Amino acid sequence: MRHFFQRKSSRQVAKDRLKILLIADRVNCSPEMMELIKTDIAKVISKYMKIDADNIEIQINAKGFKSGRYSKPSLSANIPIEDVTGDLNLNRQ
Amino acid sequence: MENQFSREQSGSEVIVVTSGKGGVGKTTTSANVGTGLAKLGRKVCLIDTDIGLRNLDVVMGLENRIVYNLVDVVEGNCRVKQALIRDKRHPGLYLMPSAQTRDKTAVTPGQMVKVIEHLKEQFEYIILDCPAGIEQGFQNAIAGADRALVVTTPEVSAIRDADRIIGLLEANGFKQIDLIINRLRTDMVRRGDMMSAQDVVDILAVPLIGIVPDDENVVVATNQGEPLVGNDTPAGQAYANVVQRVMGKETPFLNLERGISFWTKVSGIFHRA
Repeated sequence: MRHFFQRKSSRQVAKDRLKILLIADRVNCSPEMMELIKTDIAKVISKYMKIDADNIEIQINAKGFKSGRYSKPSLSANIPIEDVTGDLNLNRQ
Repeated sequence: MENQFSREQSGSEVIVVTSGKGGVGKTTTSANVGTGLAKLGRKVCLIDTDIGLRNLDVVMGLENRIVYNLVDVVEGNCRVKQALIRDKRHPGLYLMPSAQTRDKTAVTPGQMVKVIEHLKEQFEYIILDCPAGIEQGFQNAIAGADRALVVTTPEVSAIRDADRIIGLLEANGFKQIDLIINRLRTDMVRRGDMMSAQDVVDILAVPLIGIVPDDENVVVATNQGEPLVGNDTPAGQAYANVVQRVMGKETPFLNLERGISFWTKVSGIFHRA
């Protein structure tokens, strides 16, 4: 009976935990390095637009491009743009 | 490429049995695969590379016959032949024991390669039982090998370590890495309380060469010092199949339902309903 109403089975929990764990292991990226990447991205993007550098979020995701033994993880950055009305056109030229 | 060449030249295959995590069944697997190959008439040399913590001699039931060991060989205290223990039960099966009183730094990868090159002249299969961990013991064990059997159990910790080991083997140029899933319990998988073999293969993404069920006969066999490969037990049959696949013969995977008690089956019906 319990199977019907049960939350995730421990088998599924184990799979989910492993998937996340292995991404971190395979990428082998320290928190310090993530911070450095973040500040560098902020530096580059702020050349072109006004962004909220303090609230940038970057993370490594499982979903990516298939290659070899496993799919390559991808790095995604969430960068809040402060001034949308600013003269973005300036940089297009 | 170099490995390929030397194998063709000598006609022998050097297989390292490894896992990263301890206690998942490397030594049991080495003993059973080695014994199974010898039972089929192959010339096999098992090497225990776990210096300081030797086990393979005990699992094989050969602990009382050790005179010289691997460290004696590399230090030149004896000839390679003198350190080999012949298993009287199976013609063609030999064991090179490890040293119990030394540590992993007593042997270097270069020295291992030399010993293996020597052994290749007289053996068709050389099986290296790797210590747990990724330190020098691991480096020694993989140095002379051209293929690997990675042993894991369907647990998060063991799979994580297996993934790391597979990464290291790939980085060291291994082209043939096969997976053995040990101590699988089909009853637990069916209840949703254990990852299935397919789950593990999906995560690790290396070819599967064996599924060994959790079988108490393995403990009995270890108590007696006689590998159970080929015996009429679930694990014995599973190991016999691993041996076939190691030799390159396609063999269907065991129906692991066998050996599950009547009551498990009955309760399984209710669980499914």
